[in-house]
Amino acid sequence: MAVAALPGEAGPAGDRTSLKTKLRRAERVNRLRSFSLVAPLLLFVLAVFALPIGLMLLRAVENTEVRETMPRTIDALDAWDGRETPGEEVFAAFATDLVQTQKDRTTALVGKRINYEVPGARSRFLKAGRLVDAGGGGPWKEKFLASDAEWGSVEFWAIMKRAGQTLTPYYLLTSVDLRQDAGGAVTTNFADQSIFIDIFIRTLSISLVVTLATLVLGYPVAHLLAILPPRHANVLMILVLLPFTTSILVRTTAWIVLLQSNGVLNDILLALHLTTERVQLIFNRFGTVLAMTHIQLPFTILPIYSVMKSIPPSHLRAARSLGAGPLTAFVSVYVPQTLPGVGAGCLLTFILSLGYYITPALVGGPQDQMVSYFVALYTNREMNWGQASALGGILLMITLVLYAVFNRVVGIDKVKLG
Amino acid sequence: MLAPSYATPREKLAYFLFAVFCTLVFLFLVGPILVIMPLSFSSEPWFTYPLPGLSLRWYIDFFTDERWRIALQNSGIVAVFSTLIATGLGTLAALGLSRGNVPFAGLILSILISPMIVPVVIVAVAMFFGFAAVGLNNTYLGLILAHAILGTPFVVITVTATLTGFDRSLTRAAASLGASPWTTFRTITLPLIAPGVTSGALFAFVTSWDEVVVALFLASPDQRTLPRQMFSGIREQISPTITAAATLLVIFAALLMLTLELLRRRSERLRGTGG
Repeated sequence: MAVAALPGEAGPAGDRTSLKTKLRRAERVNRLRSFSLVAPLLLFVLAVFALPIGLMLLRAVENTEVRETMPRTIDALDAWDGRETPGEEVFAAFATDLVQTQKDRTTALVGKRINYEVPGARSRFLKAGRLVDAGGGGPWKEKFLASDAEWGSVEFWAIMKRAGQTLTPYYLLTSVDLRQDAGGAVTTNFADQSIFIDIFIRTLSISLVVTLATLVLGYPVAHLLAILPPRHANVLMILVLLPFTTSILVRTTAWIVLLQSNGVLNDILLALHLTTERVQLIFNRFGTVLAMTHIQLPFTILPIYSVMKSIPPSHLRAARSLGAGPLTAFVSVYVPQTLPGVGAGCLLTFILSLGYYITPALVGGPQDQMVSYFVALYTNREMNWGQASALGGILLMITLVLYAVFNRVVGIDKVKLG
Repeated sequence: MLAPSYATPREKLAYFLFAVFCTLVFLFLVGPILVIMPLSFSSEPWFTYPLPGLSLRWYIDFFTDERWRIALQNSGIVAVFSTLIATGLGTLAALGLSRGNVPFAGLILSILISPMIVPVVIVAVAMFFGFAAVGLNNTYLGLILAHAILGTPFVVITVTATLTGFDRSLTRAAASLGASPWTTFRTITLPLIAPGVTSGALFAFVTSWDEVVVALFLASPDQRTLPRQMFSGIREQISPTITAAATLLVIFAALLMLTLELLRRRSERLRGTGG
């Protein structure tokens, strides 16, 4: 920090103001200098991380497929009042659009989008594409109705009209098992599409079970590490940190090798005559929770340990000398002081558990897949990016709310590693 | 040893049970990792004990198979470059934030740490869409940038931790003795925060080295990394070559942990906060 040179000639009053401005300017320069150190990373994170996530969230409500591929139909539907089957002008526009989509090979794309809301629409669109390919002129309304009576459905055209809007609540509603009916009112979704609330509940409950399991297993271990003399504690700490630094994939592989039906654990169970036949330990909820607990255990132990380490042992001794029994002293004097660590460890494990993908995918069964799996599935396999983004967006919101709680309660600057 | 000298017999029993419980948890923690390692030396491709015989064939397979060799090489390239970016930017940001006069420091810090918290699938899918628009999918650069993002929170956290005990009068003394800011940084600040920077870099390196989800979305087969190669192997059929790769990774992790522990001790010594 450079000390600003004072102007020699100024009077007392002028001196004071100029000193003040100079101080303020120096502080501003200093702030700017500090900020310029932070700026590169902040910009990097905003550009490469926050911006793509923001754009992904937009995809959850973006709905341009139909408007872009069938502009004439959507324009014609603007004038439609929605009471009965649209007139010839809508069908004529639809036929013209179909000629174009057949040329661009996008008929299936629009059909797929409408198919989300009207089951069977995709194949009907493909059939309609062949109809216009066959050539001949109008009147199109009769031709379409003759080929498939469903083209006369008022409900279908209402959904078509709505699908032409550039923003849609469709994906977000579907993510919570709701849908808009033809009139636009929100109702419960069809039973065969109502799978997502279950998946969210499953994700939350697996995370909760894993968090509780790590707490039950981790709390005593953290206590042991905190009360042992440092020489012994350091050795045992290695047993906590070795899994912590080992690749998740390696640990998951280890569990597969251990748990599979001709694996090591089954061999032991058979050798000990605990079972007479091989037990299914993997590709189910048990294997998923076990492997996730194993991976998350150090995350729960370390914050609890660092809080326990700061509790003077004299507190327990004082409680005992004042007449408290061992259990009373532990529960009423020691445990309350460890709660900040318990909160930090459990919240961290819960937040991280919500986003699990690899481990359930490898050691879980179809009924154990969490939200992340479906985000990946809708991105890669189903190519339904709106749905992937909506599910991801909801998962992100849950995570960020918990992160804010964590920040408020624990403080992210208090997080330590190793 | 655990029970205090004034413990009653019942209390001693409780402490004994407590010790047994903790032993079982430690077994749970390291058992799976210890079980998988010997299997990689088995002479037969099935996972049973006792081992039918010892052999190094799976290690030979690992080092000679073209796919594993390329995966190893890709992992190295991506991890080294993403670590350099993460460490450089992360250290600068931690230095700036620790000066205590950055506006909205709390908000900025939570943004900088968030890549550690946001579910990795969301990061992967968002980058998959975003990078496609600028042609970064299926490139080394895309994967390096993505891994750098995932690594920076660790650097920010570890460097900030070393800076909390940092004595500001040292840099002021250097400045008052005529050192330029750069000289002050190079000769005073950097040596003192070096343990934090190095352990942050190690965390960033291992984050990239172990990362599989982003690699699944952003990398083409040309950039397949070691974890991705392992992932596809596990999906199909666990071959013992995977256990060989896993064993090498465990040894790698153990070395890393040892380094971190040495760095922690060095940092404590430098800051005079204990042995």
